[in-house]
Amino acid sequence: MADFTMPTLGADMESGQVVQWLVQPGSRVKPGDVVAVVETHKGAIDVECFLDGVIDDLVPLGTSWPVGAVLAHVRLADEAPVAPAGPTTPVTRSGPGRTRVSPAARQRALAGGLDLDTLKGHGADGAVVLADVERALATAKVPIAHTARTGGFDPAQMRQAIAAAMARSKREIPHYYLEESIDFGPATDWIEAFNRERPPTERLLPAVLMLKAVALALKAVPQLNGFCVGGQFDQAPDVHVGWAIALRGGGLVAPAIRHADRLDLPNLMTALRDLVQRARAGGLRSSELTDPTVTVTSLGDRGAERVQGVIYPPQVAIVGFGRVVQRPWVVDGSLTVRPVVHCSLAADHRTSDGHLGSVLMAAIAQNLQSPETLNLWCTP
Amino acid sequence: MTPADIRQLASDVLAGIAPEADLGTVADHEDLREALDLDSMDFLNLVIGLSQGSGVNIPESDYPKLFTLAGMQAYLGGKGKPA
Repeated sequence: MADFTMPTLGADMESGQVVQWLVQPGSRVKPGDVVAVVETHKGAIDVECFLDGVIDDLVPLGTSWPVGAVLAHVRLADEAPVAPAGPTTPVTRSGPGRTRVSPAARQRALAGGLDLDTLKGHGADGAVVLADVERALATAKVPIAHTARTGGFDPAQMRQAIAAAMARSKREIPHYYLEESIDFGPATDWIEAFNRERPPTERLLPAVLMLKAVALALKAVPQLNGFCVGGQFDQAPDVHVGWAIALRGGGLVAPAIRHADRLDLPNLMTALRDLVQRARAGGLRSSELTDPTVTVTSLGDRGAERVQGVIYPPQVAIVGFGRVVQRPWVVDGSLTVRPVVHCSLAADHRTSDGHLGSVLMAAIAQNLQSPETLNLWCTP
Repeated sequence: MTPADIRQLASDVLAGIAPEADLGTVADHEDLREALDLDSMDFLNLVIGLSQGSGVNIPESDYPKLFTLAGMQAYLGGKGKPA
């Protein structure tokens, strides 16, 4: 028998609340199955179970549990005869069939005692949004759940959690900072040409090139990709880039784009769009919050020109990009005007020095000079 | 499409992008990106929704014409499918 416990979804999480079980007592679970929706300060997260067996003894909904608390037991497949004859209940509903619910909508529904399963979503990708809940509550033609539940996404709680994680970072991590202005002309030209022939659904954003440039640079300089555990650097074998996403209404979350160094740009764009959508509408997976080996933040076309990041422990580096701006630039001894992006690195001095950081920055700048190379698939 | 159709389309698309945003609070010549705090991804999703709803393939070079509601109505009104 093994325990399925409340996972820690980042350095800033202390507790969570199971708001939905996607399995029933006696369900067969396989590693990677999404078994529960847990409400945290980062919104509702789809929590995966990495055990193989039959799950039972599910805790009731609506109570807050600390990280590490036992939420269910799993009788492992290799310890006893699995599930005697009889219908197992494959009720795991991950993927397209699952209803996505925005954090605000979930909170309102819980407060109003509304059963979310009865609602039809009108948000992007059919997500249930606040307006759907308000409409349902106003008309009250939907069944009301038996017990009104409380709790849910709370911006104040998220602010507190961010404060705790960032304070820990500034207290424990001796940051050093590097900056580089990068000619973004080749990237801009390449994106314009790429997008010109394509419908809006297939177009790329500049952020995708920045993301890929960093991922490839980390593959070349792996000493900045990983974690600082007990003062020792633990290098990660893969590059899973945590992408900082601002949530509407305040707060942010930086879930992983797994193997960002391997994907070509259209697939990276699809992954990024999907991630932003789920970060805001609900449906991030627990592994996406625990996998990032580094963080990248891009302020976008309305952001500030420069950013200096704060490392998200236990990671050892964060790369930031400001807004792309037109600036005077010297090419072959003559002055010209180019799109320029300001790139920054904040890294952990316990595990690396400015020299290594400079090698990473040079690699990022170099990668952005050859966008066609960024677009290649890379085999593991 | 009539200006009213286009306003409705924009409102529907925005409901999926920025659920708390109220288009009614935005003046016709106000930059929607500023007024509703839309980032690059939000704006691309808005373009996708407008393009699919109106049948107009909106090239990237025309994006600035869609920054305001008035601009949207002028641009899509001239090109969109008949109401």
